[in-house]
Amino acid sequence: MATEAFEEIVEDFEFIEDWEDRYRYVIEQGKDMTPLDDALKVPATKVEGCASQVWLHATIEDGVFSFDGDSDAMIVRGLIALLRKLYNGLSLADVVAVDARAEMARLGLNEHLSSQRSNGLRAMIERIRETAAAAL
Amino acid sequence: MYDVNAIRADFPILSREVNGKPLTYLDNGASAQKPKVVIDAVTRAYEHEYSNVHRGLHFLSNLATDNYEAVRGKIARFLNVADEDEIVLNSGTTEGINMVAYSWAMPQLQAGDEIVLSVMEHHANIVPWHFLRERQGVVLKWVDVAADGSLDPQAVIDAMSDKTKLVAITQCSNVLGTVVDVKTICHAARERGIATLVDGSQGSVHMPVDVTDMGCDFYAITGHKLYGPSGSGAIYCRKERMAQMRPFLGGGDMIREVHKDSVIYNDPPMKFEAGTPGIVQTIGFGVALDYLMDLGMENVAAHEASLRDYAMTKFAGLNWLQVQGNAPGKAAIFSFTLDGAAHAHDISTILDKRGVAVRAGHHCAGPLMDFLGLTATCRASFGLYNTTDEIDTLVDALELAHELFA
Repeated sequence: MATEAFEEIVEDFEFIEDWEDRYRYVIEQGKDMTPLDDALKVPATKVEGCASQVWLHATIEDGVFSFDGDSDAMIVRGLIALLRKLYNGLSLADVVAVDARAEMARLGLNEHLSSQRSNGLRAMIERIRETAAAAL
Repeated sequence: MYDVNAIRADFPILSREVNGKPLTYLDNGASAQKPKVVIDAVTRAYEHEYSNVHRGLHFLSNLATDNYEAVRGKIARFLNVADEDEIVLNSGTTEGINMVAYSWAMPQLQAGDEIVLSVMEHHANIVPWHFLRERQGVVLKWVDVAADGSLDPQAVIDAMSDKTKLVAITQCSNVLGTVVDVKTICHAARERGIATLVDGSQGSVHMPVDVTDMGCDFYAITGHKLYGPSGSGAIYCRKERMAQMRPFLGGGDMIREVHKDSVIYNDPPMKFEAGTPGIVQTIGFGVALDYLMDLGMENVAAHEASLRDYAMTKFAGLNWLQVQGNAPGKAAIFSFTLDGAAHAHDISTILDKRGVAVRAGHHCAGPLMDFLGLTATCRASFGLYNTTDEIDTLVDALELAHELFA
């Protein structure tokens, strides 16, 4: 179900045992991601329910989903970069169908999947699913 | 002799691990951990001594009432208040300050009257006063802190006018650690007939408190920050002010007689304690205060001062660490940011992986964050059981965060 780009990340992670290096990797992914245009950081793209500020901007072309995003927190930015690898290029139906939490759990980033509302990953996944479902 | 290792052994949770590392608990400003004597007292109360209080004359009700009411006297001793009837038991500082807002301030203050606040107040000592601003046109007057986070008592005194009816001020900033000379402020206000409320939520935890010497009208404390159970607390209310207060919450316990067309209230302090209280929490709170008084708050303060000095020396060597607030005599509470793009939540996430618990966010102090020009900081707040080794662990974790986010 997941994209090839995401599978590559999963493979990379298999060789990183140390949590510090996993975080280093996530942070690097965020640093390498093109920042979201400031003009797109508006209330409509802002994801509420995150401890840090998060914006997601989706684009749907010919039934193919993609999104850009940004955050003022570096780890969250990295998680957005990983979610882009997971989702971008999927059909709308696949975006809705993919078990994002299970996929992210494959990266051993389980603490970001906890139920604490301050943690933004859950809210981001929900926003992405809602956006895709609304366009189906 | 203050044996911190023996003290640590009194707190069961301190021996646990977090993320595979020994817990380094530096979030005491948010809530403190509990000694075994408190945990045992809570268990004993539920297992052997539980019933509702102030009603029924059966054995357990009398026992629970005695245990519960004894705490009022302990709080009075802890704060050096002569008359324990000036102590209202509640769930903590937030409830205490809200009670003063509703019971005392709302009937006393008119449109145009002023409340003087410092810019470093906690939301619990801001939002209740905003209610008066919104609902009855009361004016909030803010006093800034200096660049080092200190608060000049004269600046607070200068902010008082003929319109000022209340000065509501913290004894110790939960963000900066700044300790305020509340005595000077309270005495100056009292000379002018202005009421004073001191938020002791942090101050009471870090230093000996003498409310009589301080001369305030209201002094609010929180049980869970004082190593007691959550949901416990109290507020000292000077007798003359208590006489001006109308009841806040209505219900059982606060009344003597209720009829279809009339009600007779109970005497203070019961008049301000409606409904079944946090019986067991309060009993546990009393045991926590016994524990603190056995240690001696002056000894706790001396220990924490040594932690503060050690931390300041260590932090001074980290030129990428920006500590907010450096007021002389501050408490061992450090809010900081790192140079670069790292968010407070980024930093706390990495610290957590090393077993170090700190708070990240705005610390319920919006006006102070605006004043500092920050949206969030990390805060390491020390307690009576912390050690210099734990400061070393914090510094190591900060160095890792700095390296990861640089």
